[in-house]
Amino acid sequence: MKAGTKFLIGAAVIVAAVSWLIVAGVRQTGVYYLTPTELAQKAAADSSYYGLGVRVGGAKVVPGSVTRDVASQEIDFRISDGHQIYAVNYHGIVPDTFTGADDIEVIVDGSLGHDGVIRATEVLAKCGSRYEAAAKDARRQA
Amino acid sequence: MTFLGQFALWTAFLVGIWGAVISFSGRWRGRPELARSVRRSVFVVFGALVVASICLWKGLLSHDFNIEYVWAYTSRNLPTYFVISAFWAGQKGSLLFWAVVLSTFATVAQLLTARRHAHLLPYVAGVTQAVTVFFVSVMIFAANPFGRLDFTPLDGRGLNPQLQNVGMVIHPPMLYLGYISITIPFAFAVAALLSRRMDSGWVVAIRKWTLVSWLFLSIGITLGMWWAYVELGWGGYWAWDPVENASFLPWLTMTAFLHSVMIQEKRGMLKRWNLGLVVGSFLLSIFGTFITRSGVIASVHSFTQSNVGYFFLGFLVLAGAFAYTLLYTRWPSLEPESQLESMLSREAAFLFNNLVLVGIAFSVLWGTLFPIISELVRGTKITVGPPFFNKVNIPLGLLLLALTGIGPLIAWRRASRANLKRQFTVPLAAGAGTALVLLIAGMRDIYPVMALALGGFVLGTVSQEFWRGVRARRRMYGENVAMAFAHLIGRNRRRYGGYLVHTAIVIYFVAFTGMAFKTEREATLKPGQSIQLASPFGHTYTLTHVGVSQYKALNRFVTAATVRVSRDGKNLGLMTSEKRQHFTVQNGEEVASFEPSTEVAIRSDLREDLYIVFAGAVDGTEEAVYRFTINPLVWWVWYGGVLLAIGGLITMWPGEPPGSGPRRSQAGYAVTLEGAGAGAS
Repeated sequence: MKAGTKFLIGAAVIVAAVSWLIVAGVRQTGVYYLTPTELAQKAAADSSYYGLGVRVGGAKVVPGSVTRDVASQEIDFRISDGHQIYAVNYHGIVPDTFTGADDIEVIVDGSLGHDGVIRATEVLAKCGSRYEAAAKDARRQA
Repeated sequence: MTFLGQFALWTAFLVGIWGAVISFSGRWRGRPELARSVRRSVFVVFGALVVASICLWKGLLSHDFNIEYVWAYTSRNLPTYFVISAFWAGQKGSLLFWAVVLSTFATVAQLLTARRHAHLLPYVAGVTQAVTVFFVSVMIFAANPFGRLDFTPLDGRGLNPQLQNVGMVIHPPMLYLGYISITIPFAFAVAALLSRRMDSGWVVAIRKWTLVSWLFLSIGITLGMWWAYVELGWGGYWAWDPVENASFLPWLTMTAFLHSVMIQEKRGMLKRWNLGLVVGSFLLSIFGTFITRSGVIASVHSFTQSNVGYFFLGFLVLAGAFAYTLLYTRWPSLEPESQLESMLSREAAFLFNNLVLVGIAFSVLWGTLFPIISELVRGTKITVGPPFFNKVNIPLGLLLLALTGIGPLIAWRRASRANLKRQFTVPLAAGAGTALVLLIAGMRDIYPVMALALGGFVLGTVSQEFWRGVRARRRMYGENVAMAFAHLIGRNRRRYGGYLVHTAIVIYFVAFTGMAFKTEREATLKPGQSIQLASPFGHTYTLTHVGVSQYKALNRFVTAATVRVSRDGKNLGLMTSEKRQHFTVQNGEEVASFEPSTEVAIRSDLREDLYIVFAGAVDGTEEAVYRFTINPLVWWVWYGGVLLAIGGLITMWPGEPPGSGPRRSQAGYAVTLEGAGAGAS
């Protein structure tokens, strides 16, 4: 067999291995990225969505809904995309950007329980319109 | 000042268009005065952008808050060095930074390129001008750093506290230098294709510039890891965040190129592949900027997002279509000059190394874009996170590490049995020995054992190379070991610099392996209470909460929690982690700006880091919530980074090595292995 042919076989093996790793990786570790409304629809149509690992995004923290027990590191809050509201329970340290102020966009990793509460394993937060609000304040002062 | 800045931008824009149009029209051929004009347009654009940059810096340093950019990213109480670095803290300033650095590189390329490649320079100028014009036009039409407010605020908004870190002062410019300098090899590649002169000369020019960008990108990525580690406070340095991935992608394709280009220099093979890699690296660097700027994918870097990203998307598509069409039309003139002769050859090892590197790049790109891909194809967004990237990349990374050890050992063209035996015995024994020691010591995790054993194999390879080189010099010139070592590196910079880089890569792998053994614990402690934490190296840490203090510093309110640390009963002193609330002064009042930020406390030694995050005090009492993490071998990442930079610098150090004479044509890796070449040829 020519070296070129042998190399092509080796290359095919590597390409196949990479493809397999990617496909298997996605299948084993991929999670649905859903808005609260989409999650509600899916869970209503298919009960296997309860307890399934999901990432819930496109939602904001409902103002005033955050209760923290600092000592036990339990945080409860509600998220909403304007149509659907879910209660979220999280144990652990939240990022600095999760402040409890208005207009915080959050991404919650976790699973939906049958009680309708999302048990979060990770909470990511981002300030939404706050900087623009600050800009307006500055303008008002001037 | 802003008027002068605007004027400078427009000058750069118009002169840049002139240069690009004349260059691509080809009118300058046979008309040296036009060729000179194209070349001079590069210098004019450079001058104009330097003027624009000075204007922006002047605005920043004079606290001219009427300029929107100055207001948005600085404040009066910001330390001066952060005011200076605010130049690239925001989008608009970064665009100017990109443009001015690109035109600097373009100028250097025009001035320093050897005369034998001079026929390419007008084309190179055209490409760099086109890319510069793109950046300048984004500034002029969408994100002008010199935009003014219709009033003058008393103070600025301040800099995001996460960017108030020394690492952040140098990490973005380094990364940008890497991203930006890829434009130069890309320009040479396009120039070679446009000029239809497909001799091997251009590849040398491309290789040197690729090394420059590769080095900047490596340093930028490592500094980014450092910033993430000390500033973001989640206890690690790499999270497979989209923006991190975006910087990793061109690094992978450039690494592939730096290896495969040796095959082209030595054997005249892989010309198409190499050009494809250079073009791909450039596109990936623009893609990286697009990901960073557009926020299409949620990321820790989301403070930089805006709609300017879509300009980049358009540019990306145009540049890609242009470059690959050009490559396609020149396809027949890029025939390989020789064929692969054996699977047991360095060519084959490098080909597999390229496949694996590109495979890693593809999987990282796929995972990064998967939310978008899955939404387009299946209608539901599916995301993948660190588990995906680890699952895919650990096996591929180990394969790559194995090839790192094999490549330098195996002969060009066709390796003989004698060659294999002579070259592989010691490194293989080193690898097997490492595995044996680890297994006897009780390590049973398959990936860490493999990673460390392969690391031993690669170090065996590198040591054998150095040992044989030093021994040969001692015999031939009677030098002592230190002199022989120094001369060996000095006379074969490409080859031995490359080995230092390989050693650095092993150090990185060892450090990554350490993170598999990280341990973490959260605790809520009253003053005087303590917890114990066992480290992977068998130490026991006792952590006692001392108390919480609150005070005001330069531009922030600080709540600091202090822990007394002892290891195996021996007192190691106090460690303090802080929560900071930054403020700006408005009408004499201190107004909170940005979210609170955490300052972690880190105690490092060679083996492990103790990493303390203060998560907050319980309702105004001194009871504090902590997260304690023990991260093994983190410092090895930074050591690896330093060694990588040194190795890279040696590899690209300009000028002919002293006393090398005219016969140095096959320098670097291409040098036949001392003695071993006999068995191979």
